[in-house]
Amino acid sequence: MSATRPGWFGALLVAALTAALLFLTLPIVAIFVDTGPLDLVASLGEEGALEALRLSLLCSAVAIAIIVLVGTPAAYFLATRRFRGRAAVVTLVELPLVLPPAVAGIGLLAALGPNGVLGGWVEGAGIELVLTTAGVVLALTFVAAPFYLRQAQAGFEAVDATWLDASRTLGAGEARTFLRVAIPAAGPGLVAGFALAWGRALGEFGATLMFAGSFRGITQTVPLAIYERFSTDFTGALALSAVLVAISAALLLSVKLLSGSAWLGGAAR
Amino acid sequence: MTGRLVLPALAVLILAVAACGGDEASGGSGSAGSAGKPQLTVSAAASLKTAFTGYGRQFPDVSARFSFAGSDELAAQIRQGVKPDVYAAANTELPDELFAEGLVEEPVVFAGNRLVLAVPADDAEVASLEDLEADGVTLAIGSGGVPVGAYTRSVLEQLPAGRREAILANVRSEEPDVAGIIGKLTQGAVDAGFLYVSDVRATDGRLKAIELPGDLQPSVAYGVAVVTGAKQPEAARAFVAGLLDGAGAQALKAAGFEPPPGR
Repeated sequence: MSATRPGWFGALLVAALTAALLFLTLPIVAIFVDTGPLDLVASLGEEGALEALRLSLLCSAVAIAIIVLVGTPAAYFLATRRFRGRAAVVTLVELPLVLPPAVAGIGLLAALGPNGVLGGWVEGAGIELVLTTAGVVLALTFVAAPFYLRQAQAGFEAVDATWLDASRTLGAGEARTFLRVAIPAAGPGLVAGFALAWGRALGEFGATLMFAGSFRGITQTVPLAIYERFSTDFTGALALSAVLVAISAALLLSVKLLSGSAWLGGAAR
Repeated sequence: MTGRLVLPALAVLILAVAACGGDEASGGSGSAGSAGKPQLTVSAAASLKTAFTGYGRQFPDVSARFSFAGSDELAAQIRQGVKPDVYAAANTELPDELFAEGLVEEPVVFAGNRLVLAVPADDAEVASLEDLEADGVTLAIGSGGVPVGAYTRSVLEQLPAGRREAILANVRSEEPDVAGIIGKLTQGAVDAGFLYVSDVRATDGRLKAIELPGDLQPSVAYGVAVVTGAKQPEAARAFVAGLLDGAGAQALKAAGFEPPPGR
């Protein structure tokens, strides 16, 4: 292994990785230092905690379902078609990645809020978004979708085009090729995007607070519950944070395991 | 080729903007200005934003930096070891608690305010406290921890249980500070919210205030204290003194605050 060869550059790489690792794990370790397993259980028993957890899981699951259903074909199109303005479309789709959540919240209000550009239309259609659970789903979908789209597009682009051609030559239609060949082959990319987007949705705070507000059982997701607790009950806030870290870590880990075995095996063939 | 030029060009642009921003913040004399003038950090209730920003500009000898948020969030930060020079809250309980914990010096009451029902200035659906009980009316209030939310609850506590329940059933969001309530109101997301009269004034006519019946009006008092171990204790004391009698008191009056209630 080249890493064992002594040299200043190797030492530099190791030092950089150590610094990055320490910096990135320290806050997470600190959350668990102050919270024992008993605190975790106790914090879930507190009023509003389970409600927030239920709401977070529900809203992020609905958001991720919408993202996957619409995002997979959209990403496939971007990956397999060449058209004028494609680069611009890709950039526009990725833009929310670099938007601050507060900007996302303001933007959603300006677009779909009661005084927004499409606000009258939304109201006319009898749809209530602002300060409702549907509004939370909308905010999560907006901020998380680009994470999936980006990964899915990269996943589809990595699929060998000759496979798709072969599938079509053998008589499979465009739709069948997409479902039976492209999706399994792009599996690891899709799963990675799925995990990133879901994690982002679980952690969403700013856009939710601005667009959907904070109300127990209706719009108060775990990050909002943590923020509310921060002022009155720091231990409770820590414990709830630990729960969120645990869920996110479990999500990331299970996706890694999944994509490491079944999915990757299918793609590497 | 053009691709290679874009990033450096962008970096230069961002640095230029950052430099300009620095100039403005430190009073127009660039990095020399921020080095020459000591920096005073003030953690203040979100409702003090207009008044304190105005006061900060006229405050001599130091450049004042403000952190506006819910008084409870700011107190929690101080408990976690954040050290501003001055802490100003929209109640007296939080500064008193921090004083008892040795985290701030003895607090003083420096202003009062009135809790009002705030509604959009144009076509408001709510004209009185009674209207809040109607089905379909939507309402934003402060969360339980932030003073504006606590005052709101103390008002509702005094109503008969049936009326209180009807109003609470219409609450759509519990916001972490007054800024959140103002935002939900000005965006038309809710029909009404409980705010301070000074908040309504700061919206430049976009919101209007409906006074609460006198017997329901809570006593809203603002407490301020120099933080123990402040980096700029002299400037912090001068800042507090000016709030009681001086430019700060005038800025508060201009922003619609009242004199401290009977202390």
